[in-house]
Amino acid sequence: MLVNFLSAAIIAGTPLLLATLGELITEKAGNLNLGVEGMMLIGAIAGFAFGYQFNSPYLAILASAVAGSLSALIYGFLTITLRANQVVSGLSLTIFGTGISSFIGTNYVGKKMTNSVINFFKPIEIPIFSKIPILGKVLFHQDIYIYFSYFLAIALGIYLYKTRKGLNLSSIGENPSAADAAGVNVNLYKYVHILIGGALCGLGGAYLSIVEVPTWQENITAGRGWIAIALVIFSKWNPYKSIYGAYLFGGLSIIGFRIQYLNISQNLLNMLPYIVTIVVLAISSINKSKEGSPPKSLSIPYFREER
Amino acid sequence: MRMIKRDSISKKDALKIRLLAIISSLIISGFFIFFLGHNPLEVYTAMIKGAFGSLYRIKDTINIIIPLIMTSLGIMIAFKMKFWNIGGEGQILIGALFASYVALNFDFLPKIILLPIMLLAGFVGGGLWALIPAVLKVKFQTNETITTLMMNYIALNIVTYLQYGPWRDPQSLGFPKIANFADNALLPKVFGIHIGWIITIISVILVTILINKTKVGYEIEVVGESEDTAKYSGIRVNRVIIRGLILSGGICGIVGMMEVSGVNGTLTNHVSAGYGYTAIITTWLSGLKPAFIIPVSTLFAGMIKGGGFIQTAYQIPQSAADIIQSMILFFVIGSEFFIQYKLVSKSNTQKGEKANAS
Repeated sequence: MLVNFLSAAIIAGTPLLLATLGELITEKAGNLNLGVEGMMLIGAIAGFAFGYQFNSPYLAILASAVAGSLSALIYGFLTITLRANQVVSGLSLTIFGTGISSFIGTNYVGKKMTNSVINFFKPIEIPIFSKIPILGKVLFHQDIYIYFSYFLAIALGIYLYKTRKGLNLSSIGENPSAADAAGVNVNLYKYVHILIGGALCGLGGAYLSIVEVPTWQENITAGRGWIAIALVIFSKWNPYKSIYGAYLFGGLSIIGFRIQYLNISQNLLNMLPYIVTIVVLAISSINKSKEGSPPKSLSIPYFREER
Repeated sequence: MRMIKRDSISKKDALKIRLLAIISSLIISGFFIFFLGHNPLEVYTAMIKGAFGSLYRIKDTINIIIPLIMTSLGIMIAFKMKFWNIGGEGQILIGALFASYVALNFDFLPKIILLPIMLLAGFVGGGLWALIPAVLKVKFQTNETITTLMMNYIALNIVTYLQYGPWRDPQSLGFPKIANFADNALLPKVFGIHIGWIITIISVILVTILINKTKVGYEIEVVGESEDTAKYSGIRVNRVIIRGLILSGGICGIVGMMEVSGVNGTLTNHVSAGYGYTAIITTWLSGLKPAFIIPVSTLFAGMIKGGGFIQTAYQIPQSAADIIQSMILFFVIGSEFFIQYKLVSKSNTQKGEKANAS
């Protein structure tokens, strides 16, 4: 019972984790992209359409990542090259993503992902590790998409804290002029990381449409993109912390189905993750410590000419 | 090529750049429609016809213009303070919920008393719903984009819960719907359209006066320019934000009241119909000026109605209209760059500098 619940929490938390990592790396570059929901939807429909049409899990994943980063490119061009307001650009991207996913998805509504793709993402037991009591079953009896997300979270942590490029990235988020003076190509870094961020958000959306659900339905993300933005704050811009944040919220979002016997209305239980997001956000904004504060240049456009 | 910040730009030139952006976005969207195998000109013409082609359609379109203008007006007040209220949907829903509570329980009151109470209830509901994120923002600097958006989902679930549960009409034979309002609770019509249009015109005038002529409006503008400046000049920033947000959410709440009472005749979880999101676009495109909200909302209402029409006429999904809308938005946001900067070739600037030096 508990193992089943925790295992399902990991599954429900995976789209959140991927999107949170995507937004985290974007914000590290000093850009607040509120288009996460839109990028997830674009990734979700691209993944579903390619998986469904070509019957290929590889193409599905590739398409979702590419589509996610292409949509992030719109945001990047607007905010980096054209120095547009980041909040409004991100919101527009969400509106765009909602529109385009529902447009392309019209013909797929209610269609189920092909069996061979579904089978490709069947849970696989990892030898030895899966024998750990409770946690083994929860963490190491999952599909490869989830293993890939563990890898990404850890790799991103190592990249940010242990590599030269990762440290450069953080310095851009903190003080772009100083980074520029030190010879870091600020705009290139911003573009690259915004695109990677978009790819991760796209992958997060596609997990929903090709593995978790896996039937196309309009607006399949249902606000998860926004929860991911909140999770970045919750995890204090730390990829390792975002792992448990994402699974905590994954658990919250499925708790309703697990306690149905208590006869509480499903609609009321559906509110839970959103209420908890607000509460958690409020609490993390009360506890402001230095290490938990956002990158200093977040959402401020960088103008080289104005130095 | 390099960019220089413009010293100033005439209003006419700025408007020209924005119009050019809208035209470019329509051309790009035209390519998109073309790739779907349709003639873009034909589709655009059909959209215009679908929205404004007959008296009946014009009335329908006006029914969309009304909530769009009102919601934009509400959101504008928050945006002026750089408070990104994207919770219009939730504020509409809760305003509708409060108004419906009055309509369903006090329909013994005469119309002339009942309707104003419903209007007030709508305002209070929407205002309260915006108050929560506002308080969190001023007390703890909690990011308001996320909280206002989360409030949308909470509101949607509350209304859905009531519709499927406690408020479900027992006479609807198992169909999950809330009872229709009594006649007393329905907005009267003037020229065939519910009097929400009069309420809207009055609101546009009142908000314009509020923003331009009163201390409250002045404080809102100053807080939006810079919170520090506001503090130094003795403005109580927190109070201004809270008051502004109650007003912002309250106006959205009135939209909810007008929709249940003037259009649907009952409360459903579809009452907000995406107005809260579309209004974000229209508010931004209107440059946060009430006078511009009217033409922009008309354009967008036309696109919504016309989008519905091309779906039946050409089998182009209605979401095509959403895509066109976001294209317009992308282009206009991008065009701001050309309003603030100009591109000049390198040799030109050097010559200019030399000329200055000599």
